[in-house]
Amino acid sequence: MSAPLPAARGPVSELALGLLLGDEPRPLPLLPAGIDVLRDDDVQLALWLLLELHHRGLQGVDPDLEWDPEVIRLRRDLEEVHLAAVHELVRDRLALVDPDDDLSAQIATLLAQDDGPSVADFLARRADAEQFRDFLRQRSIYHLKESDPHAFVVPRLDGPAKVALAELQYDEFGAGRPAGLHSLLFAQALQACGLDPAYGAHLDEARASTLAVNTTMSIFGLHRRWRGAAMGHLAAFESTSSLPCRRIATGSRRLGLPDALAAYYEEHVEADAVHEQLAVRNICMPMVAAEPELREDVLLGVAACLALDALAGREQLELWHAGVTQEVPA
Amino acid sequence: MSRATPAQVSVERCPGGPILVRGADVVRDAGGTEHEVTRPVVAVCACGMSGRAPWCDGTHKVVAAKGAG
Ligand code: FES
Ligand SMILES: [Fe+2]
Ligand SMILES: [Fe+2]
Repeated sequence: MSAPLPAARGPVSELALGLLLGDEPRPLPLLPAGIDVLRDDDVQLALWLLLELHHRGLQGVDPDLEWDPEVIRLRRDLEEVHLAAVHELVRDRLALVDPDDDLSAQIATLLAQDDGPSVADFLARRADAEQFRDFLRQRSIYHLKESDPHAFVVPRLDGPAKVALAELQYDEFGAGRPAGLHSLLFAQALQACGLDPAYGAHLDEARASTLAVNTTMSIFGLHRRWRGAAMGHLAAFESTSSLPCRRIATGSRRLGLPDALAAYYEEHVEADAVHEQLAVRNICMPMVAAEPELREDVLLGVAACLALDALAGREQLELWHAGVTQEVPA
Repeated sequence: MSRATPAQVSVERCPGGPILVRGADVVRDAGGTEHEVTRPVVAVCACGMSGRAPWCDGTHKVVAAKGAG
């Protein structure tokens, strides 16, 4: 099911929406100097929309536009500024990595420096049901297409790394049982909590930092050139999941939220304890052994995952602490 | 011609972490209780600290961090 078209949030998303609805192409307006691209609602929404053509598509938008040169041109322009911002964001983290370490030690260094504020702790101990629902609406942008961005990488790998990625994805995609599809489990949890489970239903409420988490994953997944970063991202994502998921499940049970919600997170405590081993040891390590030039990209992907998650988490906590439960973009 | 071969169980030790097991139908814990395997690969806790034994739940990382600190 495709995402509904959201409201524009400024000139860039207006331009993107116009292009998708058949307007004459116009050049990307000059972005204001010093713009914080990763926290800019307008830029992130535009980028998300253009990338979404490669995922589930958009309601009322011609699917052929996925490969339209003008659409691709705008996407490339936005990707370029986005990636420059991501590189900037992770520079300090990457500086901590010892170039002489082996890959698993380098990944461990980055994971150990993870300073992400704990949204999971807040959910475990303090959040009320409405704050929980805020969180689920933001997370729905990813979880309703859970693991899809990384799946684009399967045909770009070979050998043991490909086998392990397929093994991991098989689990994400239900391990042979349609009822076990992780994105479906999340949709069921949304529904049980009284939230719309439709794909893209909460797009209008998605903050820039939430969208940035998603656009980064899609860019890494869609470009063969970034396959190393995509797998590094996956490794960091899976490695920072089991423990927080346990906290979130605790919060869900504390509040007496529907079982389907705790069940989703409990499934991820167990699944991601497996996936993190697969991603680091069976995907990233053999991939870099086969293509040593991908090492830097893997580390970039790890750092990007941690940094963007920290950014989104910090923003979420700030909003909660300020007592604002829902920020609706103008 | 291919012939069905009996499922082969393989075991992979993850340093400081769990044991990955592929191809098993059940895992029997120390008390003799059988736990059905429901995913293609399972991570069996090797640190003895998991709250979801016999499966790894990531607790080994907390234990390692405390040990190092
Ligand atoms: S090995 Fe992971 S919790 Fe014991
Ligand atoms: Fe999952
Ligand atoms: Fe996972």
